[in-house]
Amino acid sequence: MTRHLLIGSGVAAVAAAETIRKMDEQAVIELIAQDPAGYYSRPGLAYVLSGEVNEKMLFPFSADDFRRLGVRLHSARATRILPAQKMVELDGGSTRLAYDRLLIATGARAIRLNVPGADLEGVFKLDTMEDARRLIRAARPGRSAVVTGGGITALELAEGLAARQMNVHYVLRGERYWPGVLEESESRIVENHLQRMGIRLHHKQEVAEVLANRGKVGGVRLKSGEQIPCDLLAFAIGIEPQAELAREAGIQCDRGILVDAQMQTNLPGIYAAGDVAQVYDETTGQYVLDSLWPEAREQGRMAGRSMAGKAGAYHKTIPINVTRLAGLTTTIIGRVGKGHDADLLQIARGDSETWRQMPDTLMAQTGFEVNHLRLVLGADHILGALVMGDQRLSSPLQKIISRPVDIRPIRARLLEPGAPIADILADFWNELQTSSPTEG
Amino acid sequence: MFKKWFTSESTRRAALFEGQVTPDSSRCVQCGICTYNCPIAIDVRRHAWTGQPVTRSECLTCGDCVQRCPRGVLRFERSELGSPRKA
Repeated sequence: MTRHLLIGSGVAAVAAAETIRKMDEQAVIELIAQDPAGYYSRPGLAYVLSGEVNEKMLFPFSADDFRRLGVRLHSARATRILPAQKMVELDGGSTRLAYDRLLIATGARAIRLNVPGADLEGVFKLDTMEDARRLIRAARPGRSAVVTGGGITALELAEGLAARQMNVHYVLRGERYWPGVLEESESRIVENHLQRMGIRLHHKQEVAEVLANRGKVGGVRLKSGEQIPCDLLAFAIGIEPQAELAREAGIQCDRGILVDAQMQTNLPGIYAAGDVAQVYDETTGQYVLDSLWPEAREQGRMAGRSMAGKAGAYHKTIPINVTRLAGLTTTIIGRVGKGHDADLLQIARGDSETWRQMPDTLMAQTGFEVNHLRLVLGADHILGALVMGDQRLSSPLQKIISRPVDIRPIRARLLEPGAPIADILADFWNELQTSSPTEG
Repeated sequence: MFKKWFTSESTRRAALFEGQVTPDSSRCVQCGICTYNCPIAIDVRRHAWTGQPVTRSECLTCGDCVQRCPRGVLRFERSELGSPRKA
């Protein structure tokens, strides 16, 4: 009977557990849930903050589901991996669990804000269920909040607090929102929508100090010297893989844990998946980090398969996320951006390093304040796309880019000045469907 | 204008009648908004996890889950049940 030990309770670990069980009914599967809340939809925290769903809904599996899966849960912290003994130490040495195969799926954590006063009561992040609970308790209607940082999480914080009737200030270091992924016109669309929600933007500014009022947050001082009185400060300046356990155990790491196509680390029998893993991207020839739920699930599945002794190889798919930016549903697929983002120290949640690897190539774009479409064109294929607002082309583009579909029949037309690229693409997609309907 | 409205409305109704809710798991983050908004408490989220269409006869095909999903996971797809019978 093989003993499988999984560290982490996110989607990568749960997907691995499901996969192992499908392949081996007898296997012992133990899962170390380091987050006291266990397995929940971390991307869903934003929807709890905005009030669209209640907290209870974020738990996709009940205790019964885990029992049916035959997974033994430990609510504990893994404090050391001992590869020579094939053991994992819990809570500083009180208990040790033995394994034959080990999965490290410890995820990533928010990078801390490093300014004076950042440890005051009233400084928040949106990284865990507990963070969301604390933030919701503190978000009082009519009070003021300052949000700083970049990427999707910073906007979720700003929009979520605005939805809770707070007066929100969004402080950005850069000249515009999310310059590593969005074009300038797209950043402006998002910023205009934020302003319409009543959120005040402060560009080219930086929180220099959190000011105290009776031991709690009372305001922030910006680099310019300007002070903004506020009741809370929320930050999202990037995430970092939680790879310390692996590093200390002698497992090869770069920014995350380096894994091969079977999701195995350099130590036989030890695997990694999800936000903590740094995986090889065949399209760019680099090891990259993602923080995307479906990627984490797929990596967990592949790790589970390998742990159960089945053959297979993980091929990194084209990263996609469908998210809302200032209320506008936005699909981001493939290589759409490049350049420096002063608001993020690393990638954020819901983010991919691949999105920033746009080659020097041609772009076709169209759109206005609400519906916007941008394509990054290679010689034969579409390399990336950003669909903002109207989402009818979101799913077709995901398929056109992922497959990838040869777009030479429409490439020249897409590049004509003022080309109706949405119509050209829709017609092209319909023709493809008609000629090979099963591929849709 | 009226004719256009009528056509699109009847197309919509036909889609609701003939369709079944079909998930694209590669987009889902298991937030549960679909299940939360289902008026008859179908666990749509579990369908999005397994990739199985909602084939339960109780499904009203009201479209709430499709509309409220923030990530475009769900769509109506024509089901065998709703297709017109062949003569």
